[in-house]
Amino acid sequence: MGKFGRIARRSFLIGSAAIAGGVAFGYYRYKSPVDNPLLDGLTPGVAALTPYVLIDEAGVTLITPRMDMGQGVYSLQAMLIAEELDIGLDQVRVDPGSPSPAYYNTALSHEAVPFDPRDTSMVAETMRGVADAAMKFMGMQITGGSTTTPDGYEKLRIAGAVARETLKAAAAKRTGVAVADLKTEGGAVVLPDGTRLDYTTLAGEAAEVEPVTEVTLRDQSEWRLIGKEVRRIDIVAKSTGTQVYSIDLEPEGVVHAAVRLNPRRSGAPSSYDAGAAEAMRGVEKILPVTGGLAVLADNTWRAFQAADGIEVEWPAAAYPAEMEGHWDLLSAGFTAENVDATPREAGDVDAALAGEGVVKAEYRAPYLAHAPMEPVSATVLVGEGRADVWTATQIPRFTQANVAKVLGLADEAVHVHVQMAGGSFGHRLEDDAVRIAAEIANQMKGRPVKLTLKREEDMATDYPRQIAMARAEGAVADGKVVAFDLGIAMPSVIASQLGRQGISVPGPDTQITAGAGDQPFAIPDYRVTGFRVAGLAPVSSWRSVGASTNAFFHDCFLDELIHAAGADPLAERIRLMDDPEGVKVLETVGEMCGWGAELPAGTGRGIGFCRSFGVPVAEVVEVRQTEAEVRIETVWIAAGVGRVIDPVNFANLAAGGAIFGLSHAMSAEVTYSDGMAEQTNFDAYEGMRMPQAPAIEVKAVEGLGRVRGIGEPPVPPAAAALANAIFAATGRRIRELPLSKSVDFA
Amino acid sequence: MQLKINGTVYEADVEDDMPLLWVLRDVIGLKGTKYGCGVAACGACTVMVNGEAVRSCQTLAGDLAGAEITTIEGLGSPEALHAIQAAWVEHQVAQCGYCQSGQMMQAASLLAVTPDPTDAEIDEAMEGNLCRCGTYPRIRAAIHAAAASIQQEG
Repeated sequence: MGKFGRIARRSFLIGSAAIAGGVAFGYYRYKSPVDNPLLDGLTPGVAALTPYVLIDEAGVTLITPRMDMGQGVYSLQAMLIAEELDIGLDQVRVDPGSPSPAYYNTALSHEAVPFDPRDTSMVAETMRGVADAAMKFMGMQITGGSTTTPDGYEKLRIAGAVARETLKAAAAKRTGVAVADLKTEGGAVVLPDGTRLDYTTLAGEAAEVEPVTEVTLRDQSEWRLIGKEVRRIDIVAKSTGTQVYSIDLEPEGVVHAAVRLNPRRSGAPSSYDAGAAEAMRGVEKILPVTGGLAVLADNTWRAFQAADGIEVEWPAAAYPAEMEGHWDLLSAGFTAENVDATPREAGDVDAALAGEGVVKAEYRAPYLAHAPMEPVSATVLVGEGRADVWTATQIPRFTQANVAKVLGLADEAVHVHVQMAGGSFGHRLEDDAVRIAAEIANQMKGRPVKLTLKREEDMATDYPRQIAMARAEGAVADGKVVAFDLGIAMPSVIASQLGRQGISVPGPDTQITAGAGDQPFAIPDYRVTGFRVAGLAPVSSWRSVGASTNAFFHDCFLDELIHAAGADPLAERIRLMDDPEGVKVLETVGEMCGWGAELPAGTGRGIGFCRSFGVPVAEVVEVRQTEAEVRIETVWIAAGVGRVIDPVNFANLAAGGAIFGLSHAMSAEVTYSDGMAEQTNFDAYEGMRMPQAPAIEVKAVEGLGRVRGIGEPPVPPAAAALANAIFAATGRRIRELPLSKSVDFA
Repeated sequence: MQLKINGTVYEADVEDDMPLLWVLRDVIGLKGTKYGCGVAACGACTVMVNGEAVRSCQTLAGDLAGAEITTIEGLGSPEALHAIQAAWVEHQVAQCGYCQSGQMMQAASLLAVTPDPTDAEIDEAMEGNLCRCGTYPRIRAAIHAAAASIQQEG
């Protein structure tokens, strides 16, 4: 049965439970509010255990429940646990909390309820029931929002420490040696005489002793892994082509599926002819699915070919067929009734902007595709009263419920096996394709169906990054920025996205002004207003969400005002900044690049600043104007993350995030024509390539804020820094993305 | 038809116009070569045919009689890393990793002809290989490191 002692720390309680042949350590999540003072009275009936450490004779498995889409969080989560558990990263198996697809036809463990499946005791059954409820309660558990690090920083270390101390208690009980005389090292408890008791051999006994939940986390001076350059656990697999992604799964007897889905999102086809496709080699079946048609064939390519061979007509889209209509909606969207929120309102902006010399500007940012390198795929096997789903998803709980609904099964009958993702950028926060794979598999019971989206399907049916427009006014006096008024019009990403999950969110959508209405500047007369505009194309979260458009608007307009004031772009931002961490970040980036140094003619530097997801990031971009083109030479990045857990990953994500931001700012957009996205492959949806990649220097500012994630925050400042650099180099102020509409890039 | 892949001859009953990419992945079962775009715009599917990098999504099975095909699996393995793979590990290049098989095969083809490439030569050779995670600076560093290590081995 499950065991837990007193509360380890704050809102969570680490405990243990016996599993077949071993022990699980994890945390009990309360159904009651986290500040409930009655936690001491906690009984098994109100909590469920989510395991982080599983130890049995076969070895030590660390559960890393946040999915990895390239941001390296399997490694990061494992580091946090292993730091306290005293085990090497090369001694553990890492599992995202689901079994291997190789075992798809065997009975699967109840991973959320770490009881021996044979245990039908009242407590075990109660826990299973509660776990089901907790699963629903935890439906919002997603990978996103750069939350993995702040969420796991304490929790995962505590899980490791509880496991370690409990293993020591088991060793003490077995040997009679006092706990104080035991050490742990390299996956073993070490006795004073040097005898090593491997954790795996202690697992059974560890399940029998009362878990040690009063643990003290190690001082950072003792850390072996955190903050050190360690080899990412997936790096060898990803350097040898042996990493298995969702798209690589091929269970025995698999049927390959491809789809033609409505690129206008307007429901079923108005007409179609699948005659030619049906006759193609290898095609088994063509069947209707929600919003389109599916082809089943004996390999991926034949399925793709047949899907392309279907003649199909679609009804008109609910949003404007051409881009002009989208921009018209935004342009007309700055109305009183569209005001979603005014998160920033300081001083008297209207009075400040009533006089002469007001600076005005309008900014635009386009729809963008997520387009991770790995197209979306999902493998679904529907059996009797049970279904298994293998896919790379950021929202496994939603996907479980959605597939259950498609199949008419209870949620717990659907087993989602989260796979490694070849990129995401928010793409895998949507699960339409998984639902469609389930529809198909429901008609092919007993046979695994693997749906792979052709690149063109993946991009045509992508819910893009929001389109947005901003109108700004400001004033300067005595060489200073004194008034700043920014209105941002866009669709609500959160309403669109959660709407597809059947959830309606009351109140304002903070993403409409994220990266603008929440910036740490103390401008005397300062207002940021968000306008929610209806009728646009459905949109979804794209790496850094609202801030991806809004930092471009906010920081470029601030740059315009600073230039109008005749102030220095770095010094004036520092003067206006009312956050010590933000100041330090700006100062750091200034030191890194030697701000103020004389530059050759035609070379210019721009600063971009944005605090998003709690992380202030400043970037300086240096560009050089050649005869006809602009070349990005160097980028300096400083980010305040509290503490760097994994320095390699930090540097990779900061540099990669800046490249991601620059890449789209340079040349990427999704436009609709005839109601369909015009960019459906990488020949039309351009991105930065090797010859355009700048030199990049990255530095973390530590110790001034809480521990934060770095997946998204480097993205928002990049577009602003680039546009500001182009202004510095050329005198051209570009207010519309992509910048390639106005300049050519080398 | 017969296809010689990584030194092994495979029998494949496929259409002449089936792209090598899908023969590798779905017929032979070599999944290290990745599908990214299908139109030779991203380089994720890059393999070597007779030592030269090609986009396997645009290379038709029927044109490969007698050719020596090398995939990422033929370059090296986790137990026996090729110098390029060792450099990719050492420099911790990969983020999502999905494009990296193609990047490494392109790099292998470059180094076979240009053992000590300049940055400009790397730019030219690698331009067709897209990385959405933005690992380009580390790819560049890893290519230089692999070049040095191959030359040292002589």
